[in-house]
Amino acid sequence: MNALTYPPHARTYRYDEIDREFLQERIAEFRGQIERRLAGELTEDEFKPLRLMNGLYLQLHAYMLRVAIPYGLLNSAQLRQLGRIARRWDRGFGHFTTRQNIQFNWTKLEDVPAMLEALAEVDMHAIQTSGNCIRNTTTDEYAGATPDEVVDPRVYAEILRQWSTLHPEFTWLPRKFKIAITGSPNDRVAAQVHDVGVLAKRNERGEVGFEIHAGGGLGRTPIIARKLRDWVPEAEFLAYMEAVLRVYNALGQRENIYKARIKILVRDLGDEFTQMVEREYERMPRDRYRLDPEIVAAIGAHFAPPPFASLEDQALHADPEFRQWASASVRAHRQPGYASVTISLKPIGGIPGDASADQMEAVADLAERHSFGEIRVTHVQNLVLPHVRQEDLYALWGGLRAAGLATPNIGLISDIIACPGMDYCALATARSIPIAQRISERFASLDRQHDIGECFINISGCINACGHHHVAHIGILGVDKRGEEVYQVTLGGSATNDAAIGELIGPAFSYDTIVDAVETLITTYIAHRVPGERFIDTYRRVGVTPFKDALYAPA
Amino acid sequence: MPLLEDGRLRPDDWTSIEDDAPLPDGPAIISLDRLRAEAAALAGRNAPLGVAVAPETQPEEIAPFLDRLALVAVRMPKPKDGRAFTQARSLREHHGFTGEIRATGHIIPDHYAMLLRCGVTTVEVPEGTDPATWTRSRDAIRVGYQAAQGADRPLSLLRRKLELA
Ligand code: SF4
Repeated sequence: MNALTYPPHARTYRYDEIDREFLQERIAEFRGQIERRLAGELTEDEFKPLRLMNGLYLQLHAYMLRVAIPYGLLNSAQLRQLGRIARRWDRGFGHFTTRQNIQFNWTKLEDVPAMLEALAEVDMHAIQTSGNCIRNTTTDEYAGATPDEVVDPRVYAEILRQWSTLHPEFTWLPRKFKIAITGSPNDRVAAQVHDVGVLAKRNERGEVGFEIHAGGGLGRTPIIARKLRDWVPEAEFLAYMEAVLRVYNALGQRENIYKARIKILVRDLGDEFTQMVEREYERMPRDRYRLDPEIVAAIGAHFAPPPFASLEDQALHADPEFRQWASASVRAHRQPGYASVTISLKPIGGIPGDASADQMEAVADLAERHSFGEIRVTHVQNLVLPHVRQEDLYALWGGLRAAGLATPNIGLISDIIACPGMDYCALATARSIPIAQRISERFASLDRQHDIGECFINISGCINACGHHHVAHIGILGVDKRGEEVYQVTLGGSATNDAAIGELIGPAFSYDTIVDAVETLITTYIAHRVPGERFIDTYRRVGVTPFKDALYAPA
Repeated sequence: MPLLEDGRLRPDDWTSIEDDAPLPDGPAIISLDRLRAEAAALAGRNAPLGVAVAPETQPEEIAPFLDRLALVAVRMPKPKDGRAFTQARSLREHHGFTGEIRATGHIIPDHYAMLLRCGVTTVEVPEGTDPATWTRSRDAIRVGYQAAQGADRPLSLLRRKLELA
């Protein structure tokens, strides 16, 4: 099997025989379900949730297969296989998503079983990437590498993956359910806008425990999560998660799809929700759900540090162009002499999150050469090579440039999140990708982007907010106004520790004027900023008025 | 309607009784309202008694009556409505109910294994059901990553082969 050719030190969870058997059984089951549908034994209504739970959506022009990348972790053999799938069964591209997954937007129904087989060859699948079940858990793309990490979140993300896979009680929930977990005090996973957000931490004795937040979310009713508990001991982690899910499954709204997420239940019940979870947790037969330290250790072994060389930190190569790239893309590592590198999937004027088959293969090669064969997908639709020797950075940059992957814009204004919008999505009310492309082209000058500094723009093509516009510094929401696409602007959102929902600034802009509006916001920020201030800092200090005046002042 | 138990069809020897109809001497399933209203009178009844609960009923509501109930029927109004799974699990786990838990409503074979794992005993199926479709679905996946009702071993992610009947 291909699994034998995995790079030896890539720390992805390695399937054993039971995991593989499960996957084969699941593929056979889905094949049987397709046959029953074709034979008329299942109605379309009965079949739809089964198809969704296997990752298959019907979009505007074609089926889309969403493949799970558990907590965004890939090894090079897997990424290469994704490239192969893109070339063979899609149009040569894959699209990385904000849930650290990958989508193939041009899938033919009859090819799906073969695609699933190809995924299974590298221990991958499309299970629970859609449907009203527990979805792929997301985590910190710098896990195991970042200096500020207290607990390795990958271990618990994998435990959550196994626990939530075909959970007998929680596969027919009122609505989809998304969990994010971080093991660092600096939240990079947007924990507070998830159905459940988990902060793994340690007490004075060094024991692991979890702070649990629930009921956050975006969509048409954006809400910051409520903290349920400051500390759940490691052994009780799954018991507590079960308690949260049980209360939700029993009481969540099922009549109105827009009120069915857990955030509405938590908002409406308030503290009573917390009390109900606590009561459920108290009376559970705790032994039955105890997370055995042996299991934690066994799963933890999959994520042991790779064999780092003992090196010293060193100065960057002097090439100014390289330095510009490095200042955006290279990040400190906990191991001296190493760094983490973020690869931009946001070329100027490109489609955010898209990668070609050739690019996937190029990244797989570079990961093998420079990062123990390991790759991460980020929730802002970029890729990360987590463990790169500083002495190799210059060579890596050369390799990325050759593949068209060295745009030095990580964290800058053209590092835009955009949902698929009208180009693919059946629910869209406006285009989203072309707006991202036009903004990126307007700010094409990299010197200017670096001068503007950190600024997050997120774009959604309808009120469902898949582009997370509410938590962007500048959020753009496309809506339909009497048959015309118009774009609302929100300012001041944040998805980190200081999570905040952006504020609607005023009347919407047309497709033609929205890019000018962004430009006006940026020039206003430049005019008001004091040294060292990012866009969001200036906005928080001076408030909305100067921006409003600049946007809506009579010419 | 026939019942599916342990993968085989069997006739239903229970009768569902409307709230205003007299109770027969044989096994009878009544509503929770009636159970509440006639609790005292029903205490002396000898024939087996069952209750049908709505999806929104919390198992605590029937807890006071469980010791005289031989059957609880839970219902899935739509295939997507999974409240019955939590009701069944809660009846077994929190209330120690050992009688029959029957699943009714719009149930498809793909629910079967999960219903069993949550503590359901029987499923009400349409006339003409081929039980082979149901057992195939039940047995399609023999790996379970979670603790199931009925299994006496605690949650174990590493020892996770299902022991299905
Ligand atoms: S935000 Fe709307 S348009 Fe964009 S992907 Fe989500 S549902 Fe589709």
